Amino acid sequence: MSGSLLLRRLVQAVPTLFGVSVVVFVLVRVVPGNPIAMMLPPGASAEDMERLRQAYGLDGSILEQYVIWLGQALQGSFGTSISLRQDVLELVLGRLPATLELAVFATIMAVTVGVLAATVGVLFRGRWPETLIDAINGFTLAVPDFIWALALILVFGVLLPVLPISGRVDPRLGTEFSTGFYLIEALVSARFTVVGDLLAHMIMPAIALALPLAAIITRVLKNSLAEAMAQDYVMIARVKGFSRWRIIWVEALRNASIPALTLTGVQFTFLVGGTVLVEKIFSYPGIGNMAIDAVINRDLPLIQGLILSFAVIFIVVNLLVDLSYGLLNPRLRT
Amino acid sequence: MIGARLNWRIFVGGGALLMLALTAILAPLLAPVDPLEQDLFLELLPPWWQADADPTRALGADSLGRDVLSRLIHAARPALIVAVVAGVLTMLLGTALGLLAGYMGGMVDVVISRMVDIWTSFPPVLLAIMLVALIGTGLHSVIIAIVLIDWTRFCRVVRSETLAQTEMEYIDAAVIGGLKRGAILFREVLPNVLPLVIVLLTLEMSIAIIVEAILSFVGLSVSSDSPTWGGMIAEGRQVIHQAWWVMAFPMGLILIAVLALNLLGDGLKTALDPVLRR
Repeated sequence: MSGSLLLRRLVQAVPTLFGVSVVVFVLVRVVPGNPIAMMLPPGASAEDMERLRQAYGLDGSILEQYVIWLGQALQGSFGTSISLRQDVLELVLGRLPATLELAVFATIMAVTVGVLAATVGVLFRGRWPETLIDAINGFTLAVPDFIWALALILVFGVLLPVLPISGRVDPRLGTEFSTGFYLIEALVSARFTVVGDLLAHMIMPAIALALPLAAIITRVLKNSLAEAMAQDYVMIARVKGFSRWRIIWVEALRNASIPALTLTGVQFTFLVGGTVLVEKIFSYPGIGNMAIDAVINRDLPLIQGLILSFAVIFIVVNLLVDLSYGLLNPRLRT
Repeated sequence: MIGARLNWRIFVGGGALLMLALTAILAPLLAPVDPLEQDLFLELLPPWWQADADPTRALGADSLGRDVLSRLIHAARPALIVAVVAGVLTMLLGTALGLLAGYMGGMVDVVISRMVDIWTSFPPVLLAIMLVALIGTGLHSVIIAIVLIDWTRFCRVVRSETLAQTEMEYIDAAVIGGLKRGAILFREVLPNVLPLVIVLLTLEMSIAIIVEAILSFVGLSVSSDSPTWGGMIAEGRQVIHQAWWVMAFPMGLILIAVLALNLLGDGLKTALDPVLRR
């Protein structure tokens, strides 16, 4: 993919973001309910209420409010959270790295498991490993991340208490981080006890998020691998005497991975959406966990900031998926 | 041989669902005690197979001393209501829009398809939580939220299936035969799209059960007094180290319901699809 195409895709993302911001802005405001009333003690006067409305920019029509909000947003100011009384951008940026680390870790896990299961399934076609993989896959496709998360807590947190069931890092370790990317920072600074602790906290939420995705990748990749195995170039490789493992891994996988990759991009959206609940269940301090609290507290500025950051993540992921097509398929490299 | 397999799936899945539905309908007769009755002496009582269990509380008691078994049985009601009502309403809305988009084409199709695109670009769980927080809690809001979010699932599939059907020769024959557009849509296209819609309905019902559980887990479904599986999970999560069974039983029931619906869907898919049936 050339530089100009990349630029075009970035420009295309602008109307999408604009659309999302309008929809969220209107949706959050058309429905009755008064977030200001919830902030004040019961005996507050109408005057106090009005002052606070002005302070949070909630007076005026929806259009006026949107124009003001958009103007400030373009300057990098997303307002102040009503429930936490802090700058929205700061809050979101403070939590975002935790969610990104979790989502990327879960995706790597899902892709690894999915690719392994699909290749083993194709390699042992018609024999018991394929039957087993199909059976497990059917089960995994049916069970949502919500149930996986709870089942993991129950089994590895309580019945065999080997893993921590909440938080991101054990506060008793007393480590200080200068960025939000704890895992990367700990790895870079070679603090391996901290790395171990971070991974122990991350593994269960990541598995809960990864399993449904892994199941979908397995199914799609297995079908496209089976198709690729019937192609001429695979026949030629067989005639040349390459081993079946080599044929699958080197020849077929490369071509078969494009549909699976498209799907991973689409499904990553669902995975990030899934962090909302999984983070809540594991009390993991990411933006998903924050989003639930923001919604329950009707914290309008924070909800908007969070939804917009979800939208940005989706757009970036789709961009990355588009870019990687070129790497996998030379015919698309123009 | 395939016939035998599809029977197995439909019977097991459908049978489990029938039992669940009967449990929900007969809840007041089946529940051994009042699900709301609190007895602080029975707080976090273990289930029957453990040492200091009480024979009148077969599956133990929760942190307020309420009978877990009775609560599980009564909680089948909101689950069943949401599954059926939200499932059917979602099906009606999504199918209607999908048929319209696929059959009318043109601007109608463009508008509906664009709406589907915008809808699916939001994380569904967050959208559901947001909608319910805005409309207000309660079973009806849960149902409204599910319908408003998930109609796209039916719309997408029905639209592409309708497009495929309209290409077929029998539609041309119907046009030549002088049938009106509406009549073609309902008498010719709809019956051919229906098997797919029924399979999707079973999946939608399982999604509805999960969404209801998620929303009551977050505290946005029915009021915390009346038992729901999700609410019981949330309460059980608080006392998980003292009494894991409070959370495990409702989880198990959700899992059974979801797997049964998926099994039924799989069975129906093979049973209703003339291509797969061969």
